[in-house]
Amino acid sequence: MEKFETFSGIAAPMPLVNIDTDMIIPKVFLKSIARTGFGANLFDEMRFNRDGTEIPDFVLNKPQYRSAQILIAGDNFGCGSSREHAPWALDDFGIKVIVSTSFADIFFNNSFKNGMLPIVLPQEQVDVLMADAEKGENARMTVDLEAQEITTSDGDVIKFEVDAFKKHCLLNGLDDIGLTMEKEASIDAFEAKAGAARPWV
Amino acid sequence: MSPKTLYDKIWDAHVAHEADDGTCLLYIDRHLVHEVTSAQAFEGLRMAGRKVRAPEKTIAVPDHNVPTTEGRDDPAQMTEESRIQVEALDTNAKEFGVHYYPVSDVRQGIVHIVGPEQGWTLPGMTVVCGDSHTATHGAFGALAHGIGTSEVEHVLATQTLIQKKSKNMKVEITGKLKPGVTAKDITLAVIGETGTGGGTGYVIEYCGEAIRDLSMEGRMTVCNMAIEGGARAGLIAPDETTYAYVKGRPHAPKAGAFEQALEYWKTLFTDEGAHFDKVVTLKGEDIQPVVTWGTSPEDVLPITGVVPNPEDFEGGKVDAARRSIEYMGLTPGQKLTDIEIDTVFIGSCTNGRIEDFRAVAEVVKGKKIKDGMRAMIVPGSGLVRAQAEEEGLADIFREAGFEWRLAGCSMCLAMNPDQLSEGERCAATSNRNFEGRQGYKGRTHLVSPAMAAAAALTGKLTDIRELM
Repeated sequence: MEKFETFSGIAAPMPLVNIDTDMIIPKVFLKSIARTGFGANLFDEMRFNRDGTEIPDFVLNKPQYRSAQILIAGDNFGCGSSREHAPWALDDFGIKVIVSTSFADIFFNNSFKNGMLPIVLPQEQVDVLMADAEKGENARMTVDLEAQEITTSDGDVIKFEVDAFKKHCLLNGLDDIGLTMEKEASIDAFEAKAGAARPWV
Repeated sequence: MSPKTLYDKIWDAHVAHEADDGTCLLYIDRHLVHEVTSAQAFEGLRMAGRKVRAPEKTIAVPDHNVPTTEGRDDPAQMTEESRIQVEALDTNAKEFGVHYYPVSDVRQGIVHIVGPEQGWTLPGMTVVCGDSHTATHGAFGALAHGIGTSEVEHVLATQTLIQKKSKNMKVEITGKLKPGVTAKDITLAVIGETGTGGGTGYVIEYCGEAIRDLSMEGRMTVCNMAIEGGARAGLIAPDETTYAYVKGRPHAPKAGAFEQALEYWKTLFTDEGAHFDKVVTLKGEDIQPVVTWGTSPEDVLPITGVVPNPEDFEGGKVDAARRSIEYMGLTPGQKLTDIEIDTVFIGSCTNGRIEDFRAVAEVVKGKKIKDGMRAMIVPGSGLVRAQAEEEGLADIFREAGFEWRLAGCSMCLAMNPDQLSEGERCAATSNRNFEGRQGYKGRTHLVSPAMAAAAALTGKLTDIRELM
């Protein structure tokens, strides 16, 4: 996994609440057995007409947001299915950071596994960032994970919380499986103990 | 020792390692695998030269893509991409040596129906699957939740998940249900109450007399939709109903081992005085047959209600409701029972079990579905299908005009050929009414099996109590 580095990027506003994983990547695009290439169909039904032409009103089709790297979204982003194709599609499009008042649990975990950073903030602060994102391409925000800060285009600094272990993994680009395998002795010991206590499992 | 919730007990029994910051390695007892979310995980193992750590605890079955029409062994019935996914699962299951139920096996079906049916799911276990509706298995008092593909790979390689503990939430349904009200109405009513984000960060334990009174099938329906309320998992403490269901299943413990297991299972309940971070209580007698009107499972109303006005909501929900009502082609103030439907889908991991089909048969026996209605019943597994045939239910369905299908996820998520066309409106027993869920621009109203059956007869969303 690539290390998560501090960057400045364009933020796109998507104030709709309950943006679900079927919106992010409709199921007809889940049929690939690769992890890449899903960005072309990100938000497919909101972004494209059936004939493949773009729907001009959709935020990521507007000239100022086409290279957005940050999404400022409404409440409960990523609800619905467990499909990791949702963060894969966002990542493939170029979105590295999503800010919302809340995320669905599985989507939230899936994002970190792909080097992306979902950030939870209170409504007032999401409102500030949403307003900043509305300014378009001139409003570049800076996301600094090390310092846990987002700096708006006006220079306002908003602090955010992040799980210490997840932060460590993102900053160092660490592979979860490799880390867990270092604890194999604990897993072996657990298996032996649990196997004796609950042999029917 | 301080009192523990059921979730606390199962969690504590599965922590293989705990770091100083509370990040745990949770040991996984059962890993269920299907074709859509596993190919990249197996490929990851292959590239890293890793094995499946516990193939004997890993169970694979194709369900999302498979056609549900006769003659489906013919590859021409699947799109090229679907066929590649199913074939990848065939290959991976063989190569890595996990348990496998191929499409040709009568035991094949929706992973969350096959697991319990075969006795893989047992009380007190941890169960995961790359599918959000893994919550279903919580009906057995098993801690069960959906995971993403990276986590699927992690579990395949290490038989553990990196987790932090969730908070405890109690959902109590007191008293008795009124006639015509089912497990599906309970679970939808709860989401209507809490919202789709109300359970985020929690594991829900469902309890109360109305829950105790449910069969295992009904309990699975309730837990299945815990995820639609945002919860990581839903749980119901095991009891005599659970033990009776489990006993004798192919992979359940036998004889002495069963007795030993039973002794342990009887310790799986929330202790008196255990702490819940959030409590929601509904009176069973207040719950009515419900339907969804919008494009979020929280858009729930009693069938006697009317389409709401977006202005009645607050905050971001105003715009969301406006968008939903437009998408659904409805008018605020319109009576829900005036909404005409053209398609009925009965099945899915929410309502594709034998009890659901008995409920449908009771409504449609000796009757005909409305002219022009497309109505399909899709069993959750080959064994459910066989049992329904044996009980004569399939004949009742066919005579009433339903299509009687083979097992799979089908039109719940419409990855196979079973889909809504643009503008079609469906009464569905599945779990999600999202935009485009059942097909591009298709419209979904979530209901119980009995309500779906009633709608198939009348051609409109219908209060089942009027047909009783």
